[in-house]
Amino acid sequence: MTDATAFDTSYEPTFGDYFALLKPRVMSLVVFTALVGLLVAPVGMHPVEIAASVLFIAIGAGASGALNMWWDADIDAVMRRTANRPVPSGRVAAGEALAIGLGLSGLSVMMLALAANLAAAALLAFTIFFYAVVYSMWLKRSTPQNIVIGGAAGAFPPMIGWVAATGSVSVEAVLMFALVFMWTPPHFWALALFMRSDYDDAGVPMLTVTHGRKVTRRHIMAYTLLLAPVSGWLALSPVGGPVTVAVALVTNLIFLRGALHILRRDETAAEADKYRVEKRFFRFSLLYLALNFLALAADASLRAAGVF
Amino acid sequence: MAIRATHEIHTRRRSRNYGVGLVLLGFVVLVFFLTMAKLRVQGPVEGYDYKLRPELAVTGE
Repeated sequence: MTDATAFDTSYEPTFGDYFALLKPRVMSLVVFTALVGLLVAPVGMHPVEIAASVLFIAIGAGASGALNMWWDADIDAVMRRTANRPVPSGRVAAGEALAIGLGLSGLSVMMLALAANLAAAALLAFTIFFYAVVYSMWLKRSTPQNIVIGGAAGAFPPMIGWVAATGSVSVEAVLMFALVFMWTPPHFWALALFMRSDYDDAGVPMLTVTHGRKVTRRHIMAYTLLLAPVSGWLALSPVGGPVTVAVALVTNLIFLRGALHILRRDETAAEADKYRVEKRFFRFSLLYLALNFLALAADASLRAAGVF
Repeated sequence: MAIRATHEIHTRRRSRNYGVGLVLLGFVVLVFFLTMAKLRVQGPVEGYDYKLRPELAVTGE
């Protein structure tokens, strides 16, 4: 078969198929947290520099998503949630995902170095390496703590934003990192509780598969307990303020109550109401992160406006 | 020799090609405005070329 006939018979990937390789939904979260990390920093940047920095941090995150899809195409094909991704569904060749991932990684790191500084670019390069190699290739399939490790990759963007503005890492940047890091396990384990068969089928060692669902419920509680002081400390740090304190207080109480609810249930109760509590906890977890970061941005703009 | 005939693949890939073209154009525009912003923030970039520029000389040392 020649190349010409291959062109005629195969599906032609659209622009949208390639864009889907970058995991747009994850990217929107990265844009949001990186922007907040950048805005709360005490050093001002030109608006164009801010826009460019956030864009290239997001493209870097997208590139690591493409590398992840190249590597995980085999397990993505098995799971209902991911079977429709461009590579497992056959719309984009795996090699193309690899090429786009590598190309955009290089471009985003180089452009972030030019738009912001070398330290931010180095941190972005490390994040891509961490997500694509340490998480996707190495730990995802070998340890039930995969979610905890993967959470670190997702926690870097606000820190990169901060470093883009200030040029170095500080306590506030570490606290923003810690907030996303501690938030990720309860968020994903709640998902794993009600998407049970997906991970079982793919053979990914999710905590629900390896240690059972009772242990997973206890883990959700433990991480939610650890999350609360991190969020409180961040609210009392120089980047926090009255809005952050109030939001942290309310969201942590709701989150802890949800985790306690999950802890006290067993499988029969969960199956009886089709995982209503777990689903609600998962949905609230998205709101939790959004509200806590929005509060930081609100306090930063109130400070800038001279309200306090 | 330039390709004149429109192969069927050109029509099939049209939207993708326009997409890539727009992205590249956007990139060029972004780099342009980024350059302008950098110049504004960091001040004009000047150096010696073939002759001495007195306005660049460091004084008072």
